[in-house]
Amino acid sequence: MTRVTRALDSDLMYSFRRTPGAMIAAALSCALILGAVLAPVIAPHDPFDPSGLSILDNFLPPAWDAAGDPRFLLGTDDQGRDLLSAMLYGLRVSLAVGFASVIFALILGVTLGLIAGYAGGWADNLIMRAADIQMTFPAILIALLLAGIFRGTAAQGASGAGPLALLVFSIGLSFWVQYARTVRGSVLIEANREYVLAARLIGISAPAILIRHILPNVMGPVLVIATINLALAIIIEATLSFLGVGVPPGSPSLGTLIRVGNDYLFSGEWWITLFPGAVLGVLALSVNLFGDWLRDALNPRLG
Amino acid sequence: MISFLLSRAVQAIATMLMVTLIAFVLFRYVGDPVNQMVGIETSLADRAKLREDLGLNDPMPVQYARFLVRAARFDFGTSYQQKESVAVLIGARLPATLELSLISVVFAIAAGVPLGVLAGLHPRSLAARAFMALSLLGVSLPTFLIGILLIFVFSVHLGWLPSFGRGQTVQIGGWSTGLLTASGWRSIILPAITLGLFQMTLIMRLVRAEIMEVLRTDYIKFARARGLPDRIVHFGHALRNTLIPVITVTGLQIGSIIAFSIITETVFQWPGMGLLFLQAVQNADVPVMAAYLMLIAALFVTINLAVDLLYMAVDPRIRIGRAAA
Amino acid sequence: MTDLLTLTDLVVDIPHRRGTLRAIDGVSLSIARGEVLGLVGESGAGKSMIGNAVIGLLARPAHVAGGEIWLGDRRIDRLAPHQMRQLRGRRIGMIFQDPQTSLNPLMRIGDQLVETIRLHRPMPAASARTEAIRLLDEVGIPAPEERMAYWPHQFSGGQRQRIVIALALAGEPELIIADEPTTALDVSVQAQIIRLLKRLCADRGVAVMLITHDMGVIAETADRVCVLYAGRVAETGPVTEVLSRPRHPYTVGLMDAIPSLDPARGEPGVATLRQIPGAMPSIAARPSGCAFHPRCASATPDCARVRPDPRPAGRSEVACPVCAPTHEDAAS
Repeated sequence: MTRVTRALDSDLMYSFRRTPGAMIAAALSCALILGAVLAPVIAPHDPFDPSGLSILDNFLPPAWDAAGDPRFLLGTDDQGRDLLSAMLYGLRVSLAVGFASVIFALILGVTLGLIAGYAGGWADNLIMRAADIQMTFPAILIALLLAGIFRGTAAQGASGAGPLALLVFSIGLSFWVQYARTVRGSVLIEANREYVLAARLIGISAPAILIRHILPNVMGPVLVIATINLALAIIIEATLSFLGVGVPPGSPSLGTLIRVGNDYLFSGEWWITLFPGAVLGVLALSVNLFGDWLRDALNPRLG
Repeated sequence: MISFLLSRAVQAIATMLMVTLIAFVLFRYVGDPVNQMVGIETSLADRAKLREDLGLNDPMPVQYARFLVRAARFDFGTSYQQKESVAVLIGARLPATLELSLISVVFAIAAGVPLGVLAGLHPRSLAARAFMALSLLGVSLPTFLIGILLIFVFSVHLGWLPSFGRGQTVQIGGWSTGLLTASGWRSIILPAITLGLFQMTLIMRLVRAEIMEVLRTDYIKFARARGLPDRIVHFGHALRNTLIPVITVTGLQIGSIIAFSIITETVFQWPGMGLLFLQAVQNADVPVMAAYLMLIAALFVTINLAVDLLYMAVDPRIRIGRAAA
Repeated sequence: MTDLLTLTDLVVDIPHRRGTLRAIDGVSLSIARGEVLGLVGESGAGKSMIGNAVIGLLARPAHVAGGEIWLGDRRIDRLAPHQMRQLRGRRIGMIFQDPQTSLNPLMRIGDQLVETIRLHRPMPAASARTEAIRLLDEVGIPAPEERMAYWPHQFSGGQRQRIVIALALAGEPELIIADEPTTALDVSVQAQIIRLLKRLCADRGVAVMLITHDMGVIAETADRVCVLYAGRVAETGPVTEVLSRPRHPYTVGLMDAIPSLDPARGEPGVATLRQIPGAMPSIAARPSGCAFHPRCASATPDCARVRPDPRPAGRSEVACPVCAPTHEDAAS
């Protein structure tokens, strides 16, 4: 509790108010997240309702264009879907995959880091060597490989939530290392503190010590990494979807929308690509900025 | 120093063994090699015979060893999709990727270092702030989005540069190069900028941070206290000391550039290894995936080792031990 | 002796997000040609700030906000950067605390020396090299010719500080500012370096501003001493006078805080070691009046209101109306 109040104390808020970039970034992030959450309420159309679609409405430019239609503010795509609605729902998918991947990576990394730091020995060696090897390669390459492998193994009859879960799995697996390293480092420090030794002496079991005593002390840096990784996860998801190995076209994410729209960039229907692209750019940028600011403001010892 | 090198070499070998093992498991167990080689009408007996002939019934370590030996001879099997030798497929695509990567690295360094120096020496100047703000875009925006934007502006809107392919290529021995024709150069500009932009911003930010860091050190202060003019302090003393981390990071980035070419090649339909790999992923073409995986891993490991060696060559503190004390 | 360096009412300010901090608050002092002035005080008293102000290397945002700095008959506190640069190394040299970090790790020490020599004394490279070898020899580096090609990390801390001294002397300056030149060194090496610095400067008639918190170093080296407290001068005087007859309560406290085996000050063999109660106020919270009054045993109510200026007391100058009363004070 004191940790939370300390984290929110005046210095952090002062720095926040002094950094207009951070405020704008936070506001934009919140607006986009809100838009995604409220998509079913605020979207003017349901882009997934086939009965509401008319192929005659396809390729309509934004409403302010002479050829535009006031029903479709940002125009329509190749199937006559309202682009604004599709983007709101796409944002939903992008953010959901992003958050889920970060949470998955966080749980995996923190668990492995706790084990490595507390158990030591061969478990520590195995986990940290695996981390070393993985750190040699960029996260996006690993995610791409994993996505490819999963596609290979699950080539036959994968549908529904399966591909999304595999995507989350791939992205999450590609950046657990940072959490594991940070947590392991903190555990090595905390494990020798008096309060942990005392807890051990009175016979509290190892998992209980880890979860009740050590974990709260390592959450600060972990949350900062998570914020920064959220932007990365969103970018990786969008990239995989753009490359055609991410979110399937049935429930398009922003990356999928851009992939579909990219085919029409040359024939003049720029809005199908550039609007989702702009939203993705703003999202990635604002989450990144917010994460950077948070890291600088809290300034924990990362890496 | 020797032990440092040895430990790095051991780690490199461990990484390669790990990656080849993954590639082997992928190759052997993801999808059935026999099913991919024969038609539906092949009898079960024939399949069993083929299985025996291919050695698929041997103990796993034996199969892995055979796989390793073959990989060392660049024998990666046959593509499921294209029914062609994977080595030949990759060999044909290699020049395109390497040329693109080379131009990207050159662009990243040639633009990143001077901009970083400028921003580091005059962090309060308007130009430095503008470049830093722009670099934030370069770091934050996904590569493919930057590529699309460049295409939209320079190909669709202005019509200055081509948006896909390599242009005309010239065959020199087994190497097809686009760097000898005007259309080849025109074609490589946008992809190379797209691919190199992230690294450029990275180098720029790194150089800037290093310069600012070095300018705060005692030896720079002492150099100023001796009356050395800014020019010598900045370029004779400060820049030299920033180059070690820059060399290290840039070296390590070369691997990333080649890996990231997957994305750029897709955006620009650049006929390189990345595009080949992506098609393999989409079609679950396991032999191509496994081969690409091993190639990329070998590349990363080699680059890491090379950077370690280079690092030692540049830094006298590592090169020469404490001789006198 | 004519004064080489004169500071009058020097003020150094550090603008801060919640206002401006006054790091140096009206310091006046002078150094004669060839003289060694010891500048003592606790960390935070502003010693290094004064040294940096003189050589024009105050770290931003700190800046000279008032007073004057004179080098001989030239005012140097508002020189243009390129004019100030021409003084640095040539007329004022500086030695920093940590020899481990003072030398450029990626440049052979010979190159660093030759570069500095040729900058201030235009001469052919070969002559500069000879001069560099001579300097290295003079500061006591064995086999100097061979060592010219060595990198800084190949020397020990003490040897590096010798090289730093050689570099500081390379431009043949008239004044050397030595900022804690021995603090980072092994105790066994400290005395050697101090003696070397003193001898070289005495030989050349170079004045030294010796910044330190070590009274022992001051006693051994300095001609005069200037005691700083919270950005102001507490007491100035000849080193023998200040050490044997400290007047300002702070100086008295400093002396008592030194482990002493001096039989004249206490019973033989009994080291009386006392501490000044409290700690020096931080730069952000300096008390009104005399900054020392909250810790001072002889403080009067006036001390909290009136800021004392240094005035003569014996052969010293002391900023304390209580312990160094003028005749008018005594009469009233």
